[in-house]
Amino acid sequence: MIFIPFSTVVITLTFTRLNVNMAVKQVSFIVIILIASGIFTFTISRLVGFFKLTKPAYRITDISRRIKILLSVAFGQTKILRRPVVGIMHALVYWGFMVITVGTVEMIIDGVLDTERVLSDTGFFYTLITASGDILAVMIIGSCLVFLFRRHFIKVKRFNGIEMTKGSTIDATIALLMILLLMVSLIGTNVGYLAQNPNGYAGMFPMSTLLVAFVAPKDLDSLYLFTEVNWWAHVMLVFIFANALPYSKHFHVFMSMPNVFLTRLEPLTKLSNMTSVTNEVKAMMNPETAFAPQTEGIPGPSRFGVKDAEDVTWKNYLDSLTCTECGRCTSVCPANITGKKLSPRKIFVDLRKRMSEKGPGLIKEGIGFSDSKSLLGDYISAEELWACTTCNACAMECPVNIDHPSLIIDMRRYLVLEESAAPADLNNMFANIENNGAPWPFPQSARLDWAQSIEMKS
Amino acid sequence: MAFSPICKTGLGTKHRNEIMNEKLSNTRKVEVPTMAQMVAKGEQPEVLFWVGCAGAFDDRYKAVTQAFVKILTHIGIKYAVLGHEESCTGDPAKRAGNEFLFQMQAMTNIEVLNGYNIKKIVTACPHCFNTLKNEYPELGGNYEVIHHSTFLQQLINDGRIKFSGKGDFKGKKITYHDSCYLGRGNNIYEAPRQVLEFLDAELVEMKRCKSRGLCCGAGGAQMFKEAEPGNKEVNIERIEEALETNSNVIASACPFCMTMLSDGVKAKEKEDVVKVKDLAELIAEDQGL
Ligand code: SF4
Ligand code: SF4
Repeated sequence: MIFIPFSTVVITLTFTRLNVNMAVKQVSFIVIILIASGIFTFTISRLVGFFKLTKPAYRITDISRRIKILLSVAFGQTKILRRPVVGIMHALVYWGFMVITVGTVEMIIDGVLDTERVLSDTGFFYTLITASGDILAVMIIGSCLVFLFRRHFIKVKRFNGIEMTKGSTIDATIALLMILLLMVSLIGTNVGYLAQNPNGYAGMFPMSTLLVAFVAPKDLDSLYLFTEVNWWAHVMLVFIFANALPYSKHFHVFMSMPNVFLTRLEPLTKLSNMTSVTNEVKAMMNPETAFAPQTEGIPGPSRFGVKDAEDVTWKNYLDSLTCTECGRCTSVCPANITGKKLSPRKIFVDLRKRMSEKGPGLIKEGIGFSDSKSLLGDYISAEELWACTTCNACAMECPVNIDHPSLIIDMRRYLVLEESAAPADLNNMFANIENNGAPWPFPQSARLDWAQSIEMKS
Repeated sequence: MAFSPICKTGLGTKHRNEIMNEKLSNTRKVEVPTMAQMVAKGEQPEVLFWVGCAGAFDDRYKAVTQAFVKILTHIGIKYAVLGHEESCTGDPAKRAGNEFLFQMQAMTNIEVLNGYNIKKIVTACPHCFNTLKNEYPELGGNYEVIHHSTFLQQLINDGRIKFSGKGDFKGKKITYHDSCYLGRGNNIYEAPRQVLEFLDAELVEMKRCKSRGLCCGAGGAQMFKEAEPGNKEVNIERIEEALETNSNVIASACPFCMTMLSDGVKAKEKEDVVKVKDLAELIAEDQGL
């Protein structure tokens, strides 16, 4: 971490002291960009490989409704705002990122083409972007400081839990510090720009303007160095941040928008009907096919339900990559609140870990690969799964529209359909339904007993 | 039920008969028509009342079923039940992971419903409601499915149920416990509340309500098994919150919630202070049925 700003200073000093001509700076920048994009491409292709292992979920239709959901849940931050105080701070960071990204694109173009503020001719748009970016950057600094304080000095219950290892806290802290430095260097760049152009500049910088007198070095050489260091620190941090994200819970910065857009549009309590089962049930209920030998040629599913990483749908895996580990789901889960082992957040943290563990082997050796471990069993216990009431409080609360109950039920399906491993009480319930069409042991003939003697005042 | 006070009066036989005749003239037996009977008469009901397993077998919920048919009869809605031809929707089996059993149940029920050419279904169970409405269509069962809370609200809005004040809820506090399968599941938060507001009672909300409502603990087939080890039962956590509102009535609209909440009240020994009632019971009470 310390290394990043330090190396930036070294790079900048080298440029200024040696008075290297601009082409060298430009070339270095392009080389850095290529390295950064190379690493990023590697990361993404690895993830694409994992996605190829997953199962289909649903077709993406109803684009207009999806756009509406994206606008409200992502851009409008409606779900995160269900907790108004931290919600508004997060929303500021989110909106800030949206605006500042435009500035980042400009910086990258500047770096590649050796221009200065290439978008500055865009008039009102530029004023708007720079002014809001400048203000939001300061607000993001405020939010990050509050978030760091909350994480380290206030014991927020939902930041704890067995799935929240030391690593998760370090992950969160590093990401927050990076965002903090990103913003500090952005403000620094703005201040330097203002100080270098006292007689007129493009855009508008309400916050940085106030800081120029206090922060900007007075002599020209130092001022130049100051600006360059901040500029380089900022772009370098952008590259490092972008490449670190996919390995962190902060991957949601990239993933939340696609995940929200690809939300399952069904009512929350609707569960999928397994088509593999439908085919078999239909064959069984049709007198012509009931006793016929199994149809050849149509391969059944390799497995009913979910046992391991390769059994999940692409949406389950996308959910796991998107999870921010915020713990809102777990904090409203009735099972978790009452001391049961189930934590909906853990289900997705586990899936993500398990895919990273088993995915490479599956890609290399094919679907037969086994490391004699599995998601269900080694990561998630049956006890956790059976504690779920399918109340959907988790899914309702999740700010990035993750669907926990569907995956929980898919794992129950594996336990029941493949292993007949339901708790004894539930096996009784199944037997009752099979024998007398009700989950309790009452005969079908008693179904109308309630109607025998109803008297009412007329 | 209507005769119970007479036994305690200690009056002579003659007297008693007189009172009995008077009572008899005021009450009538409710006939519950089945689909089979209706079709035999060449008729089709306006709506099919899906009773559900709890509605048919659970002692406490039978009273809700009865209250609901009284309302239907009182208003003169042409309805029918499947009776012995109804079978579990398969909801608990599906939530417990037994997709085979669920689909067997679903297909059997769909065959019956389609056989009777059913178009519209009302049910007092949010779990049946969710399954029939959301999970049956893909399997070939397409119906307009309404939960009884929405159904009652529509009857009120249409002026078919008129406020009588007989139940006398004025000045009483009622809190409504959201069923997960109605609220979060199917976005039905307002209908039950409007039904309660109609009673002219004071509607008080629990801290966790509507989309934030806390589950009663029974969904997802929990109703049929022991809870996993923990430090509290979910229904106790919920009932503590309900009791904090100091309500006279905890209203529910789901058979599983009804069981869990009633057990919670019992465990807290508050049966004298607060009653757990279904929306249909409250309306029937108000209508003096
Ligand atoms: S649906 Fe299951 S996991 Fe989610 S909050 Fe309810 S009990 Fe917890
Ligand atoms: S699943 Fe959603 S609510 Fe739960 S921790 Fe992840 S992002 Fe937060």
